[in-house]
Amino acid sequence: MNAALAVVPFLVPLLAAGISMLVGRSRAAQRTVSLLALTGATAASIALLVTVDQQGPFEVRSGGWAPPLGIVLVADRLAAVMLAVSTITLLAVLVYAIGQPGAERRHVGFQSAYLVMSAGVALSFLTGDLFTLFVAFEMMLTASYVLITLGGRRDQVRTGMSYVVIGLVASVAFIITLALLYTAAGTVNMVDLGRRLALLDPGLQQALAVLLFLVFGIKAAVFPLFFWLPDSYPTAPAPVTAIFAGLLTKVGIYALIRTQVTVFPESARPGPFIMVIAGLTMVVGVLGAVAQNDVKRILSFHIVSQIGYMVLGLGLFTVAGIAAAVYFAVHQIVVKTALFLTGGLVEHLGGSSRLSRVGNLASTAPVVAVLFLVPALSLAGIPPLSGFVAKFAVLDAGARSSAWAVTAAAVAAAFLTLFSMVKIWVGVFWSPAERPPDRVPSRDRRNGPLLMTVPTAALVVLSLGLGLAGGPLYDVIERAATDLLSSGATTGPAPAAATGVAGSAP
Amino acid sequence: MSVLLALCAAVLAGLGTYLLLQRALSRIIVGIALLSHAASVLWIAAGRRGRPPILEGTGGGSGVSDPLPQALALTAIVITFGVTAFLLALAHRSWELTDDDEVEHDLADLDIRLRRSPGSSDDGQEAT
Repeated sequence: MNAALAVVPFLVPLLAAGISMLVGRSRAAQRTVSLLALTGATAASIALLVTVDQQGPFEVRSGGWAPPLGIVLVADRLAAVMLAVSTITLLAVLVYAIGQPGAERRHVGFQSAYLVMSAGVALSFLTGDLFTLFVAFEMMLTASYVLITLGGRRDQVRTGMSYVVIGLVASVAFIITLALLYTAAGTVNMVDLGRRLALLDPGLQQALAVLLFLVFGIKAAVFPLFFWLPDSYPTAPAPVTAIFAGLLTKVGIYALIRTQVTVFPESARPGPFIMVIAGLTMVVGVLGAVAQNDVKRILSFHIVSQIGYMVLGLGLFTVAGIAAAVYFAVHQIVVKTALFLTGGLVEHLGGSSRLSRVGNLASTAPVVAVLFLVPALSLAGIPPLSGFVAKFAVLDAGARSSAWAVTAAAVAAAFLTLFSMVKIWVGVFWSPAERPPDRVPSRDRRNGPLLMTVPTAALVVLSLGLGLAGGPLYDVIERAATDLLSSGATTGPAPAAATGVAGSAP
Repeated sequence: MSVLLALCAAVLAGLGTYLLLQRALSRIIVGIALLSHAASVLWIAAGRRGRPPILEGTGGGSGVSDPLPQALALTAIVITFGVTAFLLALAHRSWELTDDDEVEHDLADLDIRLRRSPGSSDDGQEAT
């Protein structure tokens, strides 16, 4: 039963992707298949979260092979929390994509690519070894390459190309780092690696830790490696941008947290290095956002800035820090997706996403205005919304570890976030448009099609819930962080099994 | 042998990086292919050498070469093969649209350049 819960979230969407290709002639059949698959995956991941929190973590051995040889899935609290939030968001965005006249309706491959990406995301959270993590990342990224270039328009090809090339370079760096790890430790199982790396030279451990940080740093878009993100994300259709912005970078953050804590022993953790990167990411990202004047580009730079907060939580390597980082990631997945979905609604209703070309939406589309206002204030960290809880947790963890400089940078970045959110609010919702929009705004309904507003509203309500009633979830996350830091010993393979046939010493 | 493999990986990675930094998409794609070959060679170097594990593998575990890195390298090769094919399709689309396979200028960069020097075109001269 437990094993089924851990397998359904990635296997069902993957099978559904294949079925969706077979029934490509009928859009209705494709939609039914995708909705059923993702509903099933969501239900399974919520059940998994409840099970894991009550009964503790467990592992699933595929084909019954013991860990160093076989592929292991590990379902612990951290994975279950991230999985539950991700599948809920994926389902909401799928409904939005079906409602929006755009990519999904025109292209036969959309549903399949979306389902493969969902499967990749779920597998990234559940896997217990680094090579399967690589495969899961590739599933997710390859599907995202397809999604970002789906229209084949000129600007999509231009930005999609740099997105694909950056993605490939990161993947090659990942394989190379894996090869080096295997040469050094003779395994790719995460828990096993943790045990064996502890025996190596501390300098070598740190070098490997920094290499792996850089690999996931590209995917998570930390400070010097974020330049691809604000360029490529805004050109995709709104639902695709929303799921990329909400989810893909957070999968990178999850991989960072998982690998830095589980794979590397305490002596190898590059804490100060991570803190410097975190501070620079927060400040540079938010300054970039302040300089932009397009809704999607402003929000894209905010993704980068907010990544800094999560990396800061990780860099502390305390229970409070990791818990804050994970809660921040959960909050970001929901809030960022909701914001980008609202950005899509603004573009749909106003005919543009440039601040100077849309205006007065507060009076013409009041529901959209509210849908923007709540997550925007949450992103800026206004109590009692989830952004406040998340930022407070990060700052509190920073202060408790006496990391004053980087905590001060986090506070400064929070103020600038509020400033640029106010800029969008004034430009889009209050002031009249300065110039006519690029194309004629749609006049079909005042607040957009119901299938677009309802999923956005659902995510906004979820983010409200995270802020107002997030206590139980925060407790689960805190237990997850405690589990993670007290080494993966609870879920690992027995040490004896690690010295099997294939476990070769360097 | 291990030094030879390491040298091979280094040369491949160097050539790959050089080609990756070019402006033509076709060169970038070849660069990525070379880089991923470097990674595969590193995987081969990561394993222990010995007898073939399946053909003569009846005599227990000792002296058998490590099959895991080879399996993993194979997986990585298949994945990069697929993605390279996608990249080629994308380059073809880019050629269809622009009659050219150069990577285009970044729009945000051009925007900043125009803002800094209003009136001048893209030769970067200041208009006073």
